[in-house]
Amino acid sequence: MRGSNAQVIRGTSQADVLWHVLVFVFLLVYPWIASPFWTVQIGAQSLILGMIALSLTFLAGYGGMVSLAQVSVAGCAGYTVAVLGVNSFNMGLGWPWLAAVILAIVIATLFGTLIGAISVQTTGIYTIMITLAIAVGFYYFARQNYNILNGWNGFAGLKPPVIGGVNWRDPVPFYYLSLAVVAVAYFVVVYLRRSTFGLSLQGIRDNDRRMQALGFNVRAHRILAYTVAALIASFGGVLMIWLNGRISPGSIGIGPTIDILVIAVIGGLGHPVGAFIGAVLFTLLENFAIDLIASERFNLLIGAVFLAIVLFSPDGLLGLWQKLRQWTAPATH
Amino acid sequence: MKDSGKAQSFVGSPYALELRGVGRTFGALVALNDVSMNVQAGERRAVLGANGAGKTTLFNAITGDFPPTSGRITFFGEDITELPPHERIRRGLRRTYQNSLLFNNLSVRDNLYLAQRGVSRGRFSFRRPGADDPAIEQTENMARFVHLEEVLNLIVSALSHGQQRQLEIGMALAGAPRLLLLDEPAAGLSAAERTDLMSMLNGLPSHIGFIIIEHDLDVALKVVENVTIMENGRVFKEGSPSEIQEDPDVQAIYLGESHR
Repeated sequence: MRGSNAQVIRGTSQADVLWHVLVFVFLLVYPWIASPFWTVQIGAQSLILGMIALSLTFLAGYGGMVSLAQVSVAGCAGYTVAVLGVNSFNMGLGWPWLAAVILAIVIATLFGTLIGAISVQTTGIYTIMITLAIAVGFYYFARQNYNILNGWNGFAGLKPPVIGGVNWRDPVPFYYLSLAVVAVAYFVVVYLRRSTFGLSLQGIRDNDRRMQALGFNVRAHRILAYTVAALIASFGGVLMIWLNGRISPGSIGIGPTIDILVIAVIGGLGHPVGAFIGAVLFTLLENFAIDLIASERFNLLIGAVFLAIVLFSPDGLLGLWQKLRQWTAPATH
Repeated sequence: MKDSGKAQSFVGSPYALELRGVGRTFGALVALNDVSMNVQAGERRAVLGANGAGKTTLFNAITGDFPPTSGRITFFGEDITELPPHERIRRGLRRTYQNSLLFNNLSVRDNLYLAQRGVSRGRFSFRRPGADDPAIEQTENMARFVHLEEVLNLIVSALSHGQQRQLEIGMALAGAPRLLLLDEPAAGLSAAERTDLMSMLNGLPSHIGFIIIEHDLDVALKVVENVTIMENGRVFKEGSPSEIQEDPDVQAIYLGESHR
């Protein structure tokens, strides 16, 4: 029996490797051909938004679990850095940046794991609802807690460190810092796809009952997936507060939560790169909506794009690209 | 011919599988009612009955997919009634499903690999399996056993129905199974595929027992030593294939004239 190319699962092809090399080289030279605005506001922001969306892509694409609490996890990391480190409201504990970041990653990852432990009791639409409830709960907690989280105001003056004479807040260093962290996260997620854990997650996504009948503890695997996703989102959260220089309840509200979902879906949940494709489009539209329609109509514009993608290509822009390649590819028979 | 057994102690049990007064209800519906059964190690048994007799529910109760609401189940002397499904599987219990439950977006190789990994160490490994991983070799051996070595890299949704049934059996044989529960493995197979299936079942090592639910009596009665007839969620009769075929009560409710 022979299958068509689409039916045969192979390892990474040379074309895939070539694409990755070309994109990575472009990303490396990008700051040298782009203005500081394009380097940070478009480049770095796309990378960081894409990284948080990547955590959702990992959960949904590999594990079939759509969590709306990934921004909350990122926010937890961001708030922890603000509280433990230095901020302009003089409410921080003044810890060294490295200690603050490490503890923030640990706390946010545990927070994400706890969200997972609660969420895996449910599936499908109920997972979406319960994680949305957690996200809303965390938003109100941050807004009403003035003693630690400074309530509605949040924190400002959050800066990346100066190390070895390099101010990592400058556009080019910050872009490269973001690129390095994002590249590691991306390749880890790509690697995990064919790992035992990644395959088992995909099996759980396809048929959790069957996975139990093969000896897998489905619940434990799902919780561990939330842990991995939380680790990715928490790094994204730290980068995000360094990019914006501040964090407030508005950073973790319903708006940003839905934005990440929109980014992941527009790009395509089927492959990790989809998160970054969606993030680039989102960032471009967010910044240049004013040139297309009034800036306050941004949500209308991104909503229309989202609707079009969901209607015409459920696999996102990536799925659209793959369909185009199949249509234009010469017949192999 | 004997009637189903009644409750007794499991201590020192010589059986692979013992069911004592097992029941399962879904709301007001009684799907299984006081089912008791003993299966010897290595025994091959058919469970027959009309649609709705409770055969698949019995399998679900044994594997824990839908745990029993009453009664006890032991597996090689260990009470597994309260164990989650994956723990039962790790003890050597395996099953196939009436409608193939496979991972349609993964390859045949991935399906068989997951089956191997599910009953071995390293289930949570973040590493990709290397060529020296025993599970890889076992995966390829299993593919050969179920005649799927030519389609190892094919996505499962592209397999024929017969190949999917073969894959189901291959996955159930992963690791060191001690008792297989086969739910209508011949359903939808061609005559040639049924012959292959019987050959495969007859070729299993003698220490591996199985319980088969099968509507095709030409398959079921040729590969088993004992038969259990179920009716309305209860065990109706037990005996050898010849005893069952000769039993007038069984003929009246299930087998029909052609098997007299």
